[in-house]
Amino acid sequence: MNDHHAVFQATPLTRRKQCSEVIAMVVFLLMTSLIVLPLLLIVGYLVYQAWPILSLDFLLTSPKHGMRAGGIWSPLLGTVYLVVLSLVIATPIGVLAAVFLNEYARDNWFTRIVNLAVINLAGVPSIVHALFGLGAFVLFAGLGKSILAASLTLAIMTLPVIIASTNEALAAVPMAFREACWNVGATRWQTIRHIVLPNSMSGILTGVILQVSRAAGETAPIMFTGAVFFKAIREGHLFAYGLFDQCMALSMHLFTISTQVPDVPKALPYGIAVVLLSTVLAVNALAIIVRVYLRSRKKW
Amino acid sequence: MLIRRRWEALTEVAIELLIRLCGISAILFVFGIFFFVFREGSAFLFHGFKFLEFFGSTEWYPTSQSHVRYGVLALIAGTASVTVLAMLIAVPFGIGAAIFISEFCGSRLKETLKISIEMLAAIPSVVWGFIGLTLMNPLIMKLFGAPIGLNVLNGGLILALMSLPIIVSVGEDALKAVPDSYREAALALGVTRWQLVYRVLLPAAKNGLLAAVLLGVGRAVGETMAVLMATGHAVKIPASLLDSVRTLTATIAAELGEAPVHSEHYQVLFIIGILLFMITFVVNLTAYLFVRGIRGK
Repeated sequence: MNDHHAVFQATPLTRRKQCSEVIAMVVFLLMTSLIVLPLLLIVGYLVYQAWPILSLDFLLTSPKHGMRAGGIWSPLLGTVYLVVLSLVIATPIGVLAAVFLNEYARDNWFTRIVNLAVINLAGVPSIVHALFGLGAFVLFAGLGKSILAASLTLAIMTLPVIIASTNEALAAVPMAFREACWNVGATRWQTIRHIVLPNSMSGILTGVILQVSRAAGETAPIMFTGAVFFKAIREGHLFAYGLFDQCMALSMHLFTISTQVPDVPKALPYGIAVVLLSTVLAVNALAIIVRVYLRSRKKW
Repeated sequence: MLIRRRWEALTEVAIELLIRLCGISAILFVFGIFFFVFREGSAFLFHGFKFLEFFGSTEWYPTSQSHVRYGVLALIAGTASVTVLAMLIAVPFGIGAAIFISEFCGSRLKETLKISIEMLAAIPSVVWGFIGLTLMNPLIMKLFGAPIGLNVLNGGLILALMSLPIIVSVGEDALKAVPDSYREAALALGVTRWQLVYRVLLPAAKNGLLAAVLLGVGRAVGETMAVLMATGHAVKIPASLLDSVRTLTATIAAELGEAPVHSEHYQVLFIIGILLFMITFVVNLTAYLFVRGIRGK
């Protein structure tokens, strides 16, 4: 009865190998779980603590009573201003810089230095960006602590995100597309404008969305360049901040409420954290959806 | 026709100029950052700055009336202690996760895990700091009986989680760059996957993995808000994991608001900024050279 088993009987060596195979698999799986678990735990914990305070009203009223009551309207609006303005500044520069790296630059020492600069720009600590923004925009350029100065600082900080993403997208456009276009007499810029850029839209869009997510969450760079602890604004008014005003920001507000203001209601800082976190995660999810959707439509 | 041609040619030149300008913008910005941070700190750097006291003393009394001292040794120790702890946790786990994602799992799971990493990387540092303050702080007090939970352990754990994504994603890229023929050759000799990882993949992807670790270090050293909120505010060299510390970055963030513009204290904070800039510059440059090393092969 055991005959057919005998044929495939594992030798001790094979068995030991299979065993170590399984152990390896489990060990690495456990290590990987460290990426997934904290994410779920953190989101779950924050949402659980913030639940009582989350409502539409919370989003649409400004902080009141020394920031111990009310909602988060003014910081939310401030963050929108900072993000949109930094996006408007960073996108053209970032996209064109990537076009330079991918379409114009040759593989020489100069290009390598540009690449190195991009990597370093991405690696500069956010607090050093803050010092730079303070020295260059607030003091040297005379913009003062303002939304404009903070947005410029954020724009420079998030530039590498757009450059990297666009660069990757441009590199993925097949060389044959460009050659075909050149052959019908188009100039370099015409080729880029009509062939290369439209075909790499998905990557550019992903970069732009990731820039938004990054800019929305940053605190240190705006702390000394434009964001303030508290500023009263006209309620229910979309254009309540001017370009040279100081503003509140969601990330800064979370820092202020959780470290500088005593006796706040328990759920309030959790509410801010959840709004900030869900905005950033939703924006990132959007980037992933855009990428997957446009990749599936790609024909080459 | 001719006019149109000329017009087109002109646009072409103008646009190419604009693109080249944007192309070198990254270089301009990096120099700009160094220049402006240096400019703000230079007056004190060349007049009255004591190099030995700065690097050799643990006395940081920037606002004292009679006994002003600007020694950043304790701050450097603070940064080093949280960074080392973070790397002790993040490097084995990060590289283990990179190995799992690149070698052990199917494409479906791989996509899910990559998305999860992206999401983890997206969590803003101030939210991490808030987690350290509200979740880890009481937890550490309860588990270790520490008087305060804002310490090296708290900051190190948070920084480990924050630098995991970059270690995993760069590490995975490095493993992906190992040619499949290496794997096939090893498997044909009958190795287990354990041996494959240890004897083939890790040595072959060594440079890329080192770059991943370095980028993680850069991330941890430069992180500001999370350590500002999670490590406490004691300027001293930590004796144990449960001591509070203050990092270089947190010092700038905590004190710049109160230091009067162009005062000595203010300028010293900019000098700390230069120090941070140079540390991350060297770390990133080294990582870049390691990555280029792989590409060169």
